[in-house]
Amino acid sequence: MTTPTTTTSIAKPGFVSTRLTTPYWRAAEAGKLLLQECLECGHLQHYPRNLCTKCWSQDLQWKEAAGDASIWSFTVVGIPGHPAWGDEIPYILALVELVEGPRLMTNIVGCAPESVHCGQRVQLRPHRGARDNQTLLQFTPFTRDN
Amino acid sequence: MKNHFSAEIIGVAELPPRRTTPGETTLEMIANVARLAMKDAGLIPRDIDGLVVGPQVGETPQHVPATVAEYLGLQPRYADIVDLGGATGAGMVWRAAAAIQSGMCETVLCVLANTRDPAVTPRSPNRNPIREFDVPYGGSGANQAYAMIAQQHMARFGTTPEQLACVPVKQRANAMLNKAAVFHGQPITTTDVLTSPIVMSPLRLLEVVMPCGGGAAVILTSARRAKDAPHPSVGLMGAGERVTHRALSQAPELTTSPIASAVADAYAMAGVGASDIDFLSIYDCYSIVVAMTVEDAGFCAKGEGGAWLEEHDFSIASRLPINPHGGQLATGQADLAGGMGHIVEAVHQLRGTAGERQIHSPKRALVTGNGATMSEEVALVLIGAEQ
Ligand SMILES: [Zn+2]
Repeated sequence: MTTPTTTTSIAKPGFVSTRLTTPYWRAAEAGKLLLQECLECGHLQHYPRNLCTKCWSQDLQWKEAAGDASIWSFTVVGIPGHPAWGDEIPYILALVELVEGPRLMTNIVGCAPESVHCGQRVQLRPHRGARDNQTLLQFTPFTRDN
Repeated sequence: MKNHFSAEIIGVAELPPRRTTPGETTLEMIANVARLAMKDAGLIPRDIDGLVVGPQVGETPQHVPATVAEYLGLQPRYADIVDLGGATGAGMVWRAAAAIQSGMCETVLCVLANTRDPAVTPRSPNRNPIREFDVPYGGSGANQAYAMIAQQHMARFGTTPEQLACVPVKQRANAMLNKAAVFHGQPITTTDVLTSPIVMSPLRLLEVVMPCGGGAAVILTSARRAKDAPHPSVGLMGAGERVTHRALSQAPELTTSPIASAVADAYAMAGVGASDIDFLSIYDCYSIVVAMTVEDAGFCAKGEGGAWLEEHDFSIASRLPINPHGGQLATGQADLAGGMGHIVEAVHQLRGTAGERQIHSPKRALVTGNGATMSEEVALVLIGAEQ
């Protein structure tokens, strides 16, 4: 008989960033979600790059997102793709569409998995977990007082 | 009817997918399947002067074509890697045809193989944007991405679990005529699918492809040399390719895939439409991919894939059979070689060597390959010899 391994012993893969993306993660520590705005064509993008994906201008500036979004699609993760997330199941993985346009991968927190649906309005809820070693830009269902 | 490319498929081979391949190396499997394809084509090694391989040869992270060429004793005039995930096999075929057409070489071996040892899980060396922006949220692996695609298709179009469940059920039924399928002799019902464990909501175990080891190879040659081949050769009437994104957050859309553009280009090049196709050999890593492919390839309207598949006869008796070998859902997915298996099956059907599961004299096939998360897409229109 095999002894089940405890998932808490598996470390999450380390935090990854680049010189270019460091301001994004610093802002995340302060609870802000930054987009890149192209000063040439006005395009807004996520994730940060060294050029605009529309016109290839490198004249980009940071712009803080309002934090309002809708769920583009989601799944409830029961068997994570990486074992380090094993003790967080079930968790909600979602692609959200920001009101500004860009989409990002995130988690929906603070609600029952069965209440989540495509098109649902959500708002930014940054979270620094004990094991995450970085502030994650998670989202929660929209309420007036959040 | 005319082939767009002046190159034809004269040899195919496949190693039956297996759950594990203990003790074997990728190079050994490449050699085994290449040898079978060469014999099928009626060639000797020195006839092969082009080589196309995949990027994931287990023992070989770099210099892959040279390593494979050396192992096989080949000295190709044209050697390349194709890195399109599940679309790699289909991407190889049109590149090989283009290389032949341009005079770079005359006869190309396209070969893929994959060992499988579940005890050895290589850690990803990625430091790419997915690693930075998706993985920290617990987002990795293919299941979560296809689950989100299925979720939106269901939300937008009312596609039901029952409709998607019919895909593995009907493909298993087809695999009853394919002894090489991992699930040969194991038919399933819709209830079996709907009561199988949820892998990633809304996807259930029996609608997710099973990882295997195995290999597949295709040999193309010039139209001139194809005349000497022992089997009727199969022509490439048209091909299309579209590559759009890697991270799902960057997908232009979720419920229409770039397969639509790849197929449209392949049809246009071939001068055909959906109604000219006699059977489908389409990529099926998940049930939702089959539903979206029949929509995107013009066999039904967008959003009606679920209902269409539920009504449609997949069998060889159908007016439009789908994946007569059972597809990867029933045969198993030997990594990149799994997608190549759809080409091998189409070639067997078009030249009349599909044995028990032979469709009655099909003329034109649509083959699709799908890589990453509906983002690396290739479509081929293949034509039988006597057209
Ligand atoms: Zn721009």
